[in-house]
Amino acid sequence: MKFTVVILGAPYSSAASYSAYRFCRALLEQGHQLARLFFYADGVHNGSALTCPPQDELDLQQAWRQLITKHQLDAVVCIAAALRRGVLDAAERDRYAKPADNLACEFNLSGLGQLIEACATCDRTVTFGA
Amino acid sequence: MSTLHTVNKSPFSNNSLESCLQLCSEQDCILLIEDGAYGAVAHSPCAGSLQQASARGIGIYVLQSDAQARGLQDLLDNIEPTDYQGFVQLSCQHQCIQSWY
Amino acid sequence: MSAIVCISRHSPYGSSLARDALDAVLAAAAFEQDIALLLMDEGVWQAYRHQQASAIEQKELGKNLSALAVFGVEKVYVHERSLTRRGLDRDSLSLNNVQLLNDEATRALLAQARQVLSF
Repeated sequence: MKFTVVILGAPYSSAASYSAYRFCRALLEQGHQLARLFFYADGVHNGSALTCPPQDELDLQQAWRQLITKHQLDAVVCIAAALRRGVLDAAERDRYAKPADNLACEFNLSGLGQLIEACATCDRTVTFGA
Repeated sequence: MSTLHTVNKSPFSNNSLESCLQLCSEQDCILLIEDGAYGAVAHSPCAGSLQQASARGIGIYVLQSDAQARGLQDLLDNIEPTDYQGFVQLSCQHQCIQSWY
Repeated sequence: MSAIVCISRHSPYGSSLARDALDAVLAAAAFEQDIALLLMDEGVWQAYRHQQASAIEQKELGKNLSALAVFGVEKVYVHERSLTRRGLDRDSLSLNNVQLLNDEATRALLAQARQVLSF
């Protein structure tokens, strides 16, 4: 089956991101297709490349990045939600003349149309709320 | 078509599970995840409605790892522990997944 | 019958979720998807009549809800039990022509959906 997974929680602030990560791993293990990951609301913080969790704790963002790379997943961070929360790629950094960008290279900034398109064309949409 | 309902809030502090139970149809399933797992304990405020839902044929599940992490042992009868593999299977068995949070 | 049902259960200004749900509904309409919006639980406050969001320097969410029809979103529903539980009724809402759904009708809405977006 073709899944779209929506993540609304920031890492560490709620359990949403971890639950979504475990769910995605399980569905891929079962041979299902993960058509798109959509990070929305506070979920956009999962796309930050600058998090530094203590070494004896799970590095959830790194886990996401490895999963995305391993399975060549389409990981979209909602651009409007990201800009509001200070998650920027190089293009947005330049556009808004900010001193830095922080979006990890495994993620792409894009609009809500990506959520709707995925939702309309996949078999299942699963939301992980905070 | 049927729905899988996930609930991630404790019924001791939030009405998500109560709302979910009110709108659950006979073919649906409920999966308690994260703090939703507290809904599965013997003194759960929704214990009665969960048992009634179960009697109506609604499958009630709790994510084992979330219950275990929280030290929850004496769970209500008719609540079946499952894992993430089971979560995925439940998602496949139901057309829609509504998350109550 | 709606392909996508967006269920919005959070109040308008306490978090970004109500606005996020509304934006998702507008995006679905822009992509010409068959979309329905259901306000339930705390989400019914989004349609409450007396909002003055300028008092907290926010945009008025109720006004955006009223404008949904302009963007082609015809199906906006309010869960009736959530309303009555808060001492509200149809006249408490800023939305015209909104359809109130009892539990059975809400179950039917969910049962015919192809996808649910949960907010």
